Amino acid sequence: MTHGFVSELTVFVLALLVGFEVISKVPATLHTPLMSGANSIHGVVLVGVIVLSSQVHGPLGYVLTFLAAAFAGANVVGGYAVTDRMLEMFKKRPAPPARPDDGGDRP
Amino acid sequence: MTLQEGADLAFLLAAVCFVLGLHFMNSPATARRGNRISAGGMIVAVGFAVAVVADGGTMDLTRWLVLVVGALVGAAVGLWAARSVLMTAIPQLVSLFNAVGGGAAAMIAVADYARRPTQGSGTDLATVLDVVIGSVTFLGSLIAAAKLQGYASQPVHFTGGRALNAALAALAVGSAVAVVARVDSLPVLVLTVVAALGVGALLVLPIGGADMPVVISLLNAFTGTAVAMAGFVIDNVILIVAGALVGASGAILTKLMADAMNRSIPAIMAGGFGTGTAGVETAGAGGAQVRSVQVDDAALQLAYAERVVMVPGYGLAAAQAQHELRELASVLEERGVEVSYAIHPVAGRMPGHMNVLLAEANVPYDQLKEMDEINPEMPRADVALVVGANDVTNPAARRPGNAVSGMPIIDVDRAKNVIVIKRSMASGYAGIDNELYTDPKTAMLFSDAKKGLAALTAATKALVA
Repeated sequence: MTHGFVSELTVFVLALLVGFEVISKVPATLHTPLMSGANSIHGVVLVGVIVLSSQVHGPLGYVLTFLAAAFAGANVVGGYAVTDRMLEMFKKRPAPPARPDDGGDRP
Repeated sequence: MTLQEGADLAFLLAAVCFVLGLHFMNSPATARRGNRISAGGMIVAVGFAVAVVADGGTMDLTRWLVLVVGALVGAAVGLWAARSVLMTAIPQLVSLFNAVGGGAAAMIAVADYARRPTQGSGTDLATVLDVVIGSVTFLGSLIAAAKLQGYASQPVHFTGGRALNAALAALAVGSAVAVVARVDSLPVLVLTVVAALGVGALLVLPIGGADMPVVISLLNAFTGTAVAMAGFVIDNVILIVAGALVGASGAILTKLMADAMNRSIPAIMAGGFGTGTAGVETAGAGGAQVRSVQVDDAALQLAYAERVVMVPGYGLAAAQAQHELRELASVLEERGVEVSYAIHPVAGRMPGHMNVLLAEANVPYDQLKEMDEINPEMPRADVALVVGANDVTNPAARRPGNAVSGMPIIDVDRAKNVIVIKRSMASGYAGIDNELYTDPKTAMLFSDAKKGLAALTAATKALVA
């Protein structure tokens, strides 16, 4: 095991703990947007594809890079777009409560 | 400062943005801003990654074309899907994004392995973990998406399926060990991919539709882990951090969902009792008295109530009747009735799905009450209207010794009156009778969720004094 590997492992474990800490506080109301948002975050795999693309060669490498780039692109762009669309719909009750104030002849 | 150092700092910034983005998800008021902060971090990370490879001098025209055309095609498809998807189909789309994320992560490991001789044992271990987890997630998520879309939504079992899965798992592990032991052969790694794809398929096929909230959460955790492993493979810290964050989020949601369904994760993965949602017609359950009610009487009861609690469940999502429910609620609110919504954690098809559906139908989020919040208020409710929810309202859960024992439920039976809209007396996912239906204060309105709600709305409107 190299020094580099161990420091990467450290980062991994600490990020896991930060994730547990942050996400435990998210209310159930937002669990679907949360998962969709987390989905967009793993779209960061696109960064990995970019780094890799500068080193691949041969047909296999090109095909894999092309597919991975397409997958990652769909993941990251679609993920953020659909999360935003969902969150836009979460609205508070309009400020003046929608009660009819017209003399009120309700039974 | 070199460009690479600048990029490393940019990755740190992106990591901070991702954490902040998730942090702001803790309130509906700030969640949208959080998502945008997260997206901003992503743009910075991608921009610096492009700058670094452009500066590296190894990008020729072919490589640029492969990368840019691939990414643009994917982005266009993703954007189109995100814009056009129906809110009821969100679980399928999330599942598809899981699949492509996991697939991309696995392909990074394969492409990286193909271009270099074996490296340190740490990298090789990450390579095989990335390949195995990524492949399992890829095909597993595709199948989950297909099931959610309505293809093969019933559990698929076939003879020898479990034995085949065990054999494939052994093959995947065996070939993975060979790779770590420096066999240095691309075909062996390809064998790992194929075996892991098979495991992914056979893992999800036997799972019933109602267990999907757990499965999606689990696959989400898998994808995050695969991406983190890809980060180990190519020594990229931002992939490690982002992957770990997603892995943690998926793990937490999996646990929450499994608890809310009173199921253990291994039991779900083993296929459980998975009869799906179709249920078996067992009319006149247990011979106990069931009181049925006509639309007009139910409308009267709702219209003259002071407090009404709506209890929507999986069946409402399946019938896409959220707009009809909202319509009925508005008519009641116009009459001065106080309406709130009780949302069980597993209502809908993925964690929190019901909240999104109701938000789409313009229900303000402060009217959506979580189970723990609404239960103490239940005794003050004049009417609880249950639409498409079954097991999560069964009072039998409070007693030991049955299929729903210990499952957290919405205390519908503590409301003063209960109206249940349901097509028949069919039992729910757990396959047992719901004692709520034979409670003397419960009235059953036998109808399809959509039609029943529309009829109630019309009848309530007709009551205007």
